[in-house]
Amino acid sequence: MKTSERPAELVKKRGGLGLRLLGHLGGVLLVVWGAATAGFFALKLVPGDPVEVMLGVQAQVSESVKAGIREDWGLNDPLPVQYFEYLGRLVRGDLGTSYQLREPVVSVITAQLPATLALTGLAIVFALAIALTTALFVRGEWMTRLASSVELVLVSSPSFWIGLLFISFFAYRLHWFPVTSTDGLAALILPALTLALPIAGILSQVLRDGLTRAADQPFALTARARGLGYRGLVARHTLRHAAADGLTLSGYILGTLIGGAVLVETVFGRPGIGRVTLRAVIDRDLPVVLGIIVIVAIAFAIINLLVDLAYVLLDPRLRS
Amino acid sequence: MTVLIGLRTRKPPKVGVVVAGVFLAVLFAAALVPSLFTSLDPLDAEISQALAAPSAAHPFGTDQSGRDVFARVVYGARYSLLVGFGASAIALIVGLIVGLVSGLSPKPVDTVLGKIIVVLMAFPEFLLALLVIAIIGPGETSLVIAISLAAIPAYARVARSQTLVVKGSSYVRSATALGVPRLATIVRHVIPNTLGPLLVMATIGVGTAIVSAAGLSFLGLGPAAPTPEWGVILSEGRNLLDRAPWVAAFPGLVITATVIATSVVGRALRGRS
Repeated sequence: MKTSERPAELVKKRGGLGLRLLGHLGGVLLVVWGAATAGFFALKLVPGDPVEVMLGVQAQVSESVKAGIREDWGLNDPLPVQYFEYLGRLVRGDLGTSYQLREPVVSVITAQLPATLALTGLAIVFALAIALTTALFVRGEWMTRLASSVELVLVSSPSFWIGLLFISFFAYRLHWFPVTSTDGLAALILPALTLALPIAGILSQVLRDGLTRAADQPFALTARARGLGYRGLVARHTLRHAAADGLTLSGYILGTLIGGAVLVETVFGRPGIGRVTLRAVIDRDLPVVLGIIVIVAIAFAIINLLVDLAYVLLDPRLRS
Repeated sequence: MTVLIGLRTRKPPKVGVVVAGVFLAVLFAAALVPSLFTSLDPLDAEISQALAAPSAAHPFGTDQSGRDVFARVVYGARYSLLVGFGASAIALIVGLIVGLVSGLSPKPVDTVLGKIIVVLMAFPEFLLALLVIAIIGPGETSLVIAISLAAIPAYARVARSQTLVVKGSSYVRSATALGVPRLATIVRHVIPNTLGPLLVMATIGVGTAIVSAAGLSFLGLGPAAPTPEWGVILSEGRNLLDRAPWVAAFPGLVITATVIATSVVGRALRGRS
């Protein structure tokens, strides 16, 4: 739930854009290394023998076979050796092999990535569309109050519950959407909307607060004095300001999408990264869990980098 | 959901705060003495009554084994409030300690601790909680541990920045100049002034914790199946959506109302402090 630095602090802290990028790149590496290290040692704390986890409870395997597996997986090496070998593999883009699926973690994740990207991508589109629409059209006392109430409900209710209500109403009662199918755009709409609603709720709050604040600025008065209507003012001037506030939420939104994907994919019975994560947690498939941690850390670091660049695009004052 | 705190500066209307307070009081009563609200047993199966729609006898209907959903939701208040308040309290205390230690330590220590907090903050709370469960295994206690551990970085961050502000304030410098011992200054000035914002955060955090707990037990990582826990009831309701949507609808409604109530009360507290 990291909220990114505000533009003013960025200007104060560092000079040029190039230097800032370099600093960011270092930050990316630091976060990924930190996450990988913390994850590695945290998972070494897991009680029980990884070989037992790999074989399952019912397996009847002799001790010599187990010893062989242990040797193959490098589990006999001292911890520092295991750690540095892990880091070495990580640098080469190798996240290890799943205990349960006996497949490289990278291919387990890449196989599931498109489904989750489609889901989260459409969810972002929905969330932006809803938030922008309310930001543009909600004005005046009672409409604002209504919108605030709806937003409060959206950010307060468990998103997976909203998903269950959607299935029961739109799929079972009205038959507008398929219940079980997982392919095609129609099957994507309800899950994406479920994932989008809490994000839309918080985003439209932030955008509206930002619009209200920007509307009090002198430039807004000047624009209105020139005869610009309210929506024109929003579209051309104040939305830019509010968008900077919205950008600080990027990290939070990414977190909501990743956490939400685990629940939404389960509710709708869809394949994807969320399902893989849940399966890995239940089966204690530690290489997969660790791989997901590293991927999420990379995603966060990249998002923060992009957000920093987006500030510069939005706010000409940062381009000096 | 700590970002929520920074957003809404408008104070909620008084009536809303009263309604929210009363709702939470009723919920507490249900957690302590559930039999006040229902004479039925949450585990009593009555097959002849299976999948009955909501009625006067069963206000929230019944599930596939004929158990009263209202009784299950009432008895479930205990688990959810325990996880919600327990996890928030643990996260607050540990976060306060980490933040104080970091903020009061010499610069290099503070910098390292601050960086660790930032790296942990980069992870979504729900994913951190999942990771903790991957390590310690599922179950009710795991739920409390996982949710509180996941929330600690946010509290630690606020506690640390608040400590730094208080440390530089004129009253702490005066106390130091007057020769008040360091420990006394910390207990008398730094902790009370750091605690305020954390308590407000925790009030709103209770709602977040309840939603996370419901989510994790919906995924089967919390208490086992017949337990009347809200997330468990929701996951039972998932398979009945075509025949008995009320099994999933009502517990979710109660969760939503609980979260709204805690955030309304939290915002009112923030307006006062």
